[in-house]
Amino acid sequence: MKLKFKIKGLDCANCAAELERGINRIDGVESASLSFMTERLEINIDEERKEELVKSIKKFIKKEEPDVTIEEA
Amino acid sequence: MKKKGIKIIVSLILFLIAMIINFDNELINKGIFIIAYIIVGLEIVRKALRNIFRGKVFDENFLMTVATIGAFGIGEFPEAVAVMLFYQVGELFQSYAVDKSRKSIASLMDIRPDYANIEKDGKVLKVDPDDVKIGDIIIIKPGEKVPLDGTVIEGNTSIDTKALTGESLPREIAPGDEILSGSINISGLIKVKVSKEYGESTVSKILDLVENASSKKSKSENFITKFAQYYTPIVVIIAVLLVVVPVIFFGGEFSDWIYRALSFLVVSCPCALVISIPLSFFGGIGGASKMGILIKGSNYLEAIASTEIIVFDKTGTLTEGIFEVQKVNAKDIDENDLIETAAYAECYSNHPISLSIKRAYGKQIDKSKIKSTEELSGRGIVAIINGKNVLVGNEKLLNENNIEFEKNNDIGTILYVAIDNKYVGNIVIADKIKEDAKDSIMSLKKSNIKQAVMLTGDRKAVGENVAGILGIDKVYTELLPDGKVEKVEELLKEKSEKGKLAFVGDGINDAPVLALADIGIAMGGLGADSAIEAADIVLMTDEPSKIVDTIRLSKKTMKIVKENIIFAISVKVLVLILSAIGISTMWEAVFADVGVSIIAILNALRVLNVKKMK
Repeated sequence: MKLKFKIKGLDCANCAAELERGINRIDGVESASLSFMTERLEINIDEERKEELVKSIKKFIKKEEPDVTIEEA
Repeated sequence: MKKKGIKIIVSLILFLIAMIINFDNELINKGIFIIAYIIVGLEIVRKALRNIFRGKVFDENFLMTVATIGAFGIGEFPEAVAVMLFYQVGELFQSYAVDKSRKSIASLMDIRPDYANIEKDGKVLKVDPDDVKIGDIIIIKPGEKVPLDGTVIEGNTSIDTKALTGESLPREIAPGDEILSGSINISGLIKVKVSKEYGESTVSKILDLVENASSKKSKSENFITKFAQYYTPIVVIIAVLLVVVPVIFFGGEFSDWIYRALSFLVVSCPCALVISIPLSFFGGIGGASKMGILIKGSNYLEAIASTEIIVFDKTGTLTEGIFEVQKVNAKDIDENDLIETAAYAECYSNHPISLSIKRAYGKQIDKSKIKSTEELSGRGIVAIINGKNVLVGNEKLLNENNIEFEKNNDIGTILYVAIDNKYVGNIVIADKIKEDAKDSIMSLKKSNIKQAVMLTGDRKAVGENVAGILGIDKVYTELLPDGKVEKVEELLKEKSEKGKLAFVGDGINDAPVLALADIGIAMGGLGADSAIEAADIVLMTDEPSKIVDTIRLSKKTMKIVKENIIFAISVKVLVLILSAIGISTMWEAVFADVGVSIIAILNALRVLNVKKMK
């Protein structure tokens, strides 16, 4: 299933690219695309594991970039 | 951002004081440099410390901190401050540029309506557009945005569709007309019956499309992030080797090699490169939307520049798709009588041809005069009007009834008319070619497009005639919908490996072909859901010239992207080499980092300037 998030406070394009790579590596994430310009994260994940995955993605983002805020869009 | 600006200015003043006055007392001078550094760099050092505990050694905050503290360590105070100061200037400039281009897209997003006026029990209420249901009646006052798609039921006005189509001429609207959300009501109060929920309305679709466009990344962007992924670690490793190898194995001067290594760390930041590419595409997509061209992803904006084969659907794409009576050839009766007879016979038909005859007649039809009409599929109509037996149809119909007639070889659809088995003339009906079609094909051929192809379900003579007028290279006629798919499959084999095939259609019945082509372009997408879904690029107006604009914009974007990649990489590599052999100093390294960033971003911002393109 496709989910969208608004990631606010990313201050560098390369960090966004690294974050995107990291999220793509999370098991259960089929694909993730993070646009630095629109601050939008689009993920394709296994629907059955939705809650668990969203939680671990949020945790991962918070760990990598403590300054950002994540909103569901 | 303001706070950062103040910090930079204060730090810069202190830096200049120490540089220019150059106090005799060494301690004062160094003290001023250190204060200047703390003011501007503390934030970076703090982030670096935080990141190092999380193992992010290639983080740019960390690299900058090591480079500057290292410079202090070997006594290069001015360099240390300058690197941090200019790094922050670069950062500030970068966020300014990103902000600016985000805002320019946001101004496009201004078409988002804030409310809808709904009439309930005689009172007008302002409600969230999301709460309005299909069939509700909304009121739109002059100056207000049209919040939802619908049909006008009361009032006349003119509307501004500039935000949707890029067309600046207002459109006149009367009861019965469709009206699209995102346009602005200019002059009169109108009542509209809502036909789509907000989520399905044109305005939400457009906003959604533009916001999502940068999720589909271009090859250039993927290349550059991949490059950055390896570039930074490699440069940092070389920096370490640059100290270790000469000092340990060849007895080199420690502080000299440290200095060179620190320059490497300054140049190792990839952000300038990484930011300038999506910034260019983002600007390009935003600029395109201003012209009424919706591009669904950076990858499509990138691809369309390398179009080799462009395939057009005919009706509705190159021609208006509206049939018009071109000529009336009456024989032995008055021209008006001929049209009248045909219009009466076609009275009950809604075929585009029949409609064109009724339009040409232009008067009320008195249905009591018609006794009967019968539609014979593939031939025409047989009717009894005013007690006379009327035949209106093609050659076949007249041949079958053994009526002698003069064959007309004009291009278009020819309707022969006979009254009581006597031939009385024919009417020529044809589709009109769009005004800008010919110029567009010509401009396309002047760019690197190798083949312009036209596909049509229409008759051979009609198709070839249109193709001839427009200067189309290849034309396939009398195709059924799957025939179009087949032809596009064949054409896809003809292009070179890197070349692209673009298909342009009006979105009606050509969804499979739109999906099959490398780039599917739907024209006159306003309101046609299927087109917006199936296509990669949606032209909001139905002008073929917008394709030329899109390709031009794509080429401009790609040129800027390439310039930035080549410029940034070559300056960085050059400075790295010069630093390694000890020719260039940390000052050049600062330029290779911050200077290149700023130049690349300024270059990328040029895309936003669409006006100059025309």
